[in-house]
Amino acid sequence: MITFLKQYFKDIYQAISSLLKGMKLTGYYFTHHKEIITQQYPDNKSTLVLPERFRGEVVMLHDENNEHACTGCSACELACPNGTIKIINKFEVNAEGKKKKAIDAFVYHLELCTMCNLCIVACPTDAIKMAQTFEHSVFDRSLLTKQLNKPNSKLREGVE
Amino acid sequence: MLRLENISSFIHTSLSNHLSETSVLLLEMTIIALAAITLFALLGLILVLMERKVSAWIQIRLGPNRVGPKGIFQTAADTLKLVLKEGFVPDGADKFLYKLAPFVVMIIAMILLAPIAFAKNFAIWDLNIGVFFITAISSVSVIGILMAGWASNNQYSLLGAMRSGAQIISYEISAGMAILSIVVLTGSLQISDIVASQSNGWWLFKGHIPALIAFVIYIIAVTAETNRAPFDMAEAESELTGGFHTEYAGMRFALFFLAEYINIFIVCAIGATLFLGGWMPFHIGNWEAFNHIMDYIPSSIWFLSKTFFLIFVIMWFRWTFPRLRIDQLLQLEWKYLLPISLFNLLLITLIAIKGWHF
Ligand code: SF4
Ligand code: SF4
Repeated sequence: MITFLKQYFKDIYQAISSLLKGMKLTGYYFTHHKEIITQQYPDNKSTLVLPERFRGEVVMLHDENNEHACTGCSACELACPNGTIKIINKFEVNAEGKKKKAIDAFVYHLELCTMCNLCIVACPTDAIKMAQTFEHSVFDRSLLTKQLNKPNSKLREGVE
Repeated sequence: MLRLENISSFIHTSLSNHLSETSVLLLEMTIIALAAITLFALLGLILVLMERKVSAWIQIRLGPNRVGPKGIFQTAADTLKLVLKEGFVPDGADKFLYKLAPFVVMIIAMILLAPIAFAKNFAIWDLNIGVFFITAISSVSVIGILMAGWASNNQYSLLGAMRSGAQIISYEISAGMAILSIVVLTGSLQISDIVASQSNGWWLFKGHIPALIAFVIYIIAVTAETNRAPFDMAEAESELTGGFHTEYAGMRFALFFLAEYINIFIVCAIGATLFLGGWMPFHIGNWEAFNHIMDYIPSSIWFLSKTFFLIFVIMWFRWTFPRLRIDQLLQLEWKYLLPISLFNLLLITLIAIKGWHF
């Protein structure tokens, strides 16, 4: 009986104190409007700052010589759960007359991508990364299928 | 100074000068009905906006901010949308009950307005059993909800209505106990007496801890009675897609929606009257200067600010607390609130008999 009563009042005490804790937090949010996280998007387009880890689309990095680091190893294609990436390779003959595998087209289907980041993690040469663009709407679905390596781009020297 | 009691007595005398007693009564009833409907419409607009703003700020959002300056016309626009919508009656529904139900809920809310003292000497009907009248009438509102749930011919609606029945009937007991404890302290069922007894301090402070407990129980019980989250078993958007008003659309839905907010206003007004002194200004002991300044604020402002404070607290609950399951809900009432409120009533009776309160 005594233990029952003890438990009974303990339950009440715990319930009230935890509810009050919640009310304290929401009361804090209610009175501190600087905490508001809503972005008034089209209005603040010029000053919009996206969070660091925001993922908008997969892009391939190119340097000023129009060179990228993609060796065409297809690790990203295998990592992708949706079949978003299609690597098309070609064989180039290099200076010594040897045939070498190189990327012809890195086809990326933005309409299938779930922004899961797995391809970026899988890439051994860090050739691709996530960009912060997000205004992706277009009137034709085919516009969402992109080739990520720029025309006439080459594999950077020294990247294997 | 312009006071509500002066306005009402002015209307009464100027009407009595020209008309017979019956026609004065009829005219005054019409005026009151019109005033009540206007009040309801205004309250609906204000409270819905308030709810949306409070919820937004609590959830670190901005809330409505496009229609009008800072979004103040949002609810007016919403109402317009609801008015323009088709009033749809499902095929299998009991047409008569289906159409009647929202009006039953609304009319009960309207009747409940009668004994509330909005300002000094300003109540529609200050009858001598005011508190009893309120508890009696408020329990009828469950009929409107049951009617809506039954007439919709929809499982979700019926389930919601049944839950609401169980919930309102259970929580009415502890709400009644909490109200009763103030009646015990005051020794009167009349609203004006209850307010007058708080001229030297509100019952919340005068009645020591038992009054505080009664107040907390009252707030919990009326939150449940008005079917609001965390006790929104009757609507339960997440399980019952809207509960008893699943099948309602357009203006009939708007009436239910409005009734919810009107009911909140009414229960908070009653709570403010019983525990926070109604229209009585806030006084501290012998601080004559302070008390005098407080007296200068009109009584209607006092009443409304107390009521809106309680409404805010109830909204705060809604956007903070997790929802209860139906079994937890009934457990809370029958295993916790009821025994505590019974015991509390006993304590209050002891305090009242011994005269230990201030
Ligand atoms: S982010 Fe995910 S879904 Fe998108 S391309 Fe990479 S692996 Fe595929
Ligand atoms: S992007 Fe990276 S993982 Fe994908 S093919 Fe190129 S080098 Fe391989």
